[in-house]
Amino acid sequence: MSAPSHAPESEEQAEQDDVVNVTAQARKARGDSENRSLRQIAWQRLRKDKVAMISGIVVVLLILAAIFAPLLTKWFGYPPTLFHQDLIHPDTGLPYKDPNLPPPSDGSMPTENLDPWGGMSADHLLGVEPITGRDLFSRIVYGARISLLVAFLSTVVCVVLGTVLGIIAGYKGGWIDTVISRAMDVFLAFPLMLFAIALVGVIPEGILGLTGNGLRIGVIVFIIGFFNWPYVARIVRGQTLSLREREFVEAARSLGAGNRHILFREILPNLVTPIIVYSTLLIPTNILFEAALSFLGVGINPPTPSWGKMLSDAVRVAENAPYFVIFPGLAIFITVLAFNLFGDGLRDAFDPKTSD
Amino acid sequence: MKAAGSTAPWTPPLTAMLNYILRRLGAGLLLLAVVTAVTFWIFYVLPRWAGVTPRGMAAMYVGKAPTPEALDATVERLGLDQPVAMQFLEFVRGLLFGQEFDFGRATVECAAPCLGYSFTTNSPVLPQLLERLPVTASLAFGAAIIWIIGGVAVGVLSAVKKGSLFDRLAMSTALVGVSMPIYFTGLLALVFLVHSWELFPVSRYVPLSEDPVAWFQVMFLPWVTLAFLHAAQYARQTRAGMLEVLGEDYIRTARAKGLSERRVIFKHALRPTLTPIVTIFGLDVGLVLGGAILTETVFSLNGIGAYAIDAIVGKDLPVVLGVTLMGAVFIVVCNLVVDLLYPVVDPRVRIAA
Repeated sequence: MSAPSHAPESEEQAEQDDVVNVTAQARKARGDSENRSLRQIAWQRLRKDKVAMISGIVVVLLILAAIFAPLLTKWFGYPPTLFHQDLIHPDTGLPYKDPNLPPPSDGSMPTENLDPWGGMSADHLLGVEPITGRDLFSRIVYGARISLLVAFLSTVVCVVLGTVLGIIAGYKGGWIDTVISRAMDVFLAFPLMLFAIALVGVIPEGILGLTGNGLRIGVIVFIIGFFNWPYVARIVRGQTLSLREREFVEAARSLGAGNRHILFREILPNLVTPIIVYSTLLIPTNILFEAALSFLGVGINPPTPSWGKMLSDAVRVAENAPYFVIFPGLAIFITVLAFNLFGDGLRDAFDPKTSD
Repeated sequence: MKAAGSTAPWTPPLTAMLNYILRRLGAGLLLLAVVTAVTFWIFYVLPRWAGVTPRGMAAMYVGKAPTPEALDATVERLGLDQPVAMQFLEFVRGLLFGQEFDFGRATVECAAPCLGYSFTTNSPVLPQLLERLPVTASLAFGAAIIWIIGGVAVGVLSAVKKGSLFDRLAMSTALVGVSMPIYFTGLLALVFLVHSWELFPVSRYVPLSEDPVAWFQVMFLPWVTLAFLHAAQYARQTRAGMLEVLGEDYIRTARAKGLSERRVIFKHALRPTLTPIVTIFGLDVGLVLGGAILTETVFSLNGIGAYAIDAIVGKDLPVVLGVTLMGAVFIVVCNLVVDLLYPVVDPRVRIAA
């Protein structure tokens, strides 16, 4: 990843920001594009990037949908765990096309009245689940909650661990750098998914007062955070290595600034941009990971809706109810794609090598 | 870097090469030791910290819920009441020299390297793993060949024809590829290609040695599905790397000298681009060899990954531990192979480094 290295947002510079803004505006009025701050340039580029803007809007909508899931399902659906078995043919477990139609009087299969699209209607926007008849729209909206929650939390853990260790390794150098860098190699050598399913099996209920899904979410966040921090740390370390030799750090040091000041006030502000860009690209990976664990049955426990679990439920009925594969699958796909596109756009916008 | 135009390839002195190989081997072994220790820690120490008693541990290892006396006997047999250091030594001894499990009535031999003993199936773990290895290896190598060739080829073409229709199509497809989970693409393939349109047969795994044609037919869809996911990532990475290298001065020099475009691309630009690709290729192949859990689950292939999932569901912890350890071994070994291949792919990688 080519991260921006020209982001002189040091303290001194930050104090002058207002002045810079004023001059920048004045210059802009003259049609002069010199001397804009990187963030202004990036924002202008991002606004021109239609794909990035649309995917950004999709991301925001998804987050809003997850937050307001109870409201959305109240208006457009049903509670996500409510059974509607009157809509389901008891023998095949498939939804009826028209539940009001009487079943064939001779007791044969109502093949004509079974809906391969899951009984989609104004009532049930995406139809209902086979067998249980739970409202699919509501379950998918609620699934976004688990997906995004786990992805955000685990990304935060990755970023915090990775930033702290990466910055220490890059700034201190010497044996500390060696130890941390070797540790990164070790962590990257673990078969992550095997470890994840193994840990879920080993950790008992009630640890740290967590039970049920609280525990599952805790374990998944811990695993992703604990094993994926090296990806962040590598980038932060590399950036710190080059930043530490820059003039403004040198200047601060010669003015008598201590390590703490240099790390937190001089170097860290310059790392914010690459960290934000990388986090945006880490979120979709973590969404996929959580969904995979739920698909394998070691993620979120039913009946809490999760996209991965829905897909694994769909395996048994996939032949006759393809819609049950397609809707949760599309939910994962659209979410991951939106984050990927937005992350790509952010990266390009902040990349000093991209020309306007 | 070797001087452009010189015909004799640069070769490092033999001693330096040996030194490099030994150092990489040592690093690999050390990594393996650390991974073993951490795996052990997770399975034996973490549950104890979490408040599981030796008896509880015994229950987790034997898999059933027998009488308290039987559990105590298991605790005794497995040494679960011993200090952690002793248990670790015993575990390592088993790995190196094999282990014997005393069942009172009879003793069972678990030959070295003893990855553990499954009390659910009453057999050592390793032979069961090896039995399933051909399925996983078929899947891993078949898919790996497709994704490395496909991914790199598409990436190079996209970079060379940057901005063309091909580039845009390929990169859109690649983005879709990295955003689709395999349990979605795999299920779609099963629903439509196998069940609805009947383009592929529904059948179980057939060993290559038994019937190569049937083997190929069964493995084709899993290969393509698994390869698509990785190829997408490789294509993106190759394209980005190529574009960066193509902007370098020495490429301009090579072109200015009048070298053919083909030679510039393949001789000068592709090699440095391949270095990071080879690194992730090593990691990915190792990872898949250790059990392509998702692919095996979706396509009902009875490989190592499916074995791990069965073990988790059946609470057969020794098997889970064995699979995890074996997975780590594959990753470390593949990394080692890659490290040794580095100087071949990119002569700039200094043997002395």
